[in-house]
Amino acid sequence: MGDYAYAAPTTVDSTVELLSSSASSGTRTQVLAGGTDVLVQMRSIDRVPRLIVDVKQLAETNALSIGEDEIYIGAAIPSAILNENAELKGKLPGLIESADLIGSTQIQGRATIGGNLCNSSPAGDTIPALIANSAVCHIVGADGERNVPVEDFVTGVGTNCMADHEFLLGLRVPAPKGNTGDAYLRFIPRTEMDIAVAGAGVRVTLDDGGTCTAARVGIGAVAPTPLLVPDAADALIGTQVDDEALNAAAAACSAAASPISDKRGTVEYRIKVVGVLCKRAGAIARDRAKAS
Amino acid sequence: MAKVHVSTTVNGQPMDVLVEPNDSLLDTLRDGLGLTGTKEGCATGDCGACSVMLDGRLVCSCLVLGAEAEGKTIDTIEGVADSDGLHVIQQKFLEHAALQCGICTPGFIVAAKALLEKNPNPDETTIRYWLAGNLCRCTGYDKIVRAVQDAANELASPA
Repeated sequence: MGDYAYAAPTTVDSTVELLSSSASSGTRTQVLAGGTDVLVQMRSIDRVPRLIVDVKQLAETNALSIGEDEIYIGAAIPSAILNENAELKGKLPGLIESADLIGSTQIQGRATIGGNLCNSSPAGDTIPALIANSAVCHIVGADGERNVPVEDFVTGVGTNCMADHEFLLGLRVPAPKGNTGDAYLRFIPRTEMDIAVAGAGVRVTLDDGGTCTAARVGIGAVAPTPLLVPDAADALIGTQVDDEALNAAAAACSAAASPISDKRGTVEYRIKVVGVLCKRAGAIARDRAKAS
Repeated sequence: MAKVHVSTTVNGQPMDVLVEPNDSLLDTLRDGLGLTGTKEGCATGDCGACSVMLDGRLVCSCLVLGAEAEGKTIDTIEGVADSDGLHVIQQKFLEHAALQCGICTPGFIVAAKALLEKNPNPDETTIRYWLAGNLCRCTGYDKIVRAVQDAANELASPA
């Protein structure tokens, strides 16, 4: 067992080199962004020393661009900064709300969407919203860059598809183009600062007549990983996203859920609530699409 | 363990300190720099007792590494009062008896100051949500909220 060490490389190449050489020499590494999960875990459940690789000094992980086709959100940008960006909030209100739900003012000043994803909790609030928005993970490592859809990124409870020599640079989100809206809702027993019992993210695009032409639904805290629910999207596409369609989407979410019972909720409760959240988030996304 | 040399600015003063790579900024402030005004409550980011400003943003210093302070500007409770006396927020905490045991107080004052700098005229709901990351087991919060409201009024129209 080695000692703790800390490095804050300033280029992507030197970061990848550090991660790669550590991986080949058997040195454990810990990529650090906001640290709001990592530091707690290092002090409690996983005290094994490691090389901490702080990726906040990279221009790429701090990059935020709102393009015609793509919105790029660097992996190390704190939620507070995203939430203060009115243009971003206007384009992706559901995604930004999902990040804003996490933690206190103090946590918001550090916590990142990239870190929420890499922590890969089943209940990570931003993940269903990212899935609904067809977000893609921009990963870099010894073999170069690769892009992985968020729904394929998380592989299990607290695990993801990245190798030891890889890290997340940012998230690519297709820019909404007219008549598109997103929303994310979660249920917690308190008014804020709690872990989701269930969560659902929805993004819909409507035509001029209000008919849904594209939809994506992501759900969280009801399976070992956040899930894309194609059946729920199919229930919305071609409809006016009315109550009947939303009820069908809700039923699809409930059918896709395979939760556990724990202190936050039972299997039966989570299955029901994830459907309700899908229905409500779908109605918000629809109304936002109409207003956009 | 190789220590990390950190050059940082705390309450306007340039400071150099050696930290263990896994020391928190809270450890660095209290044990490395002797600034014990910042308190440790939970050490897991839940209670806000360790709140400080890092480059102008409110954070829990227990969730920041000391090594991450390199080149940063940190403001702690020790920098809130000046040579003329207490800050208005501190004075209002006294007047409203917004503290009993006092462990949470530095964090509340740093967080309340950050709020009033961002939003000089917050309503009660805004204050309560902003301070939701600061836990107090003595006061029941009402006195704290009143103190912050009164401080906001006084800052808006000094007596």
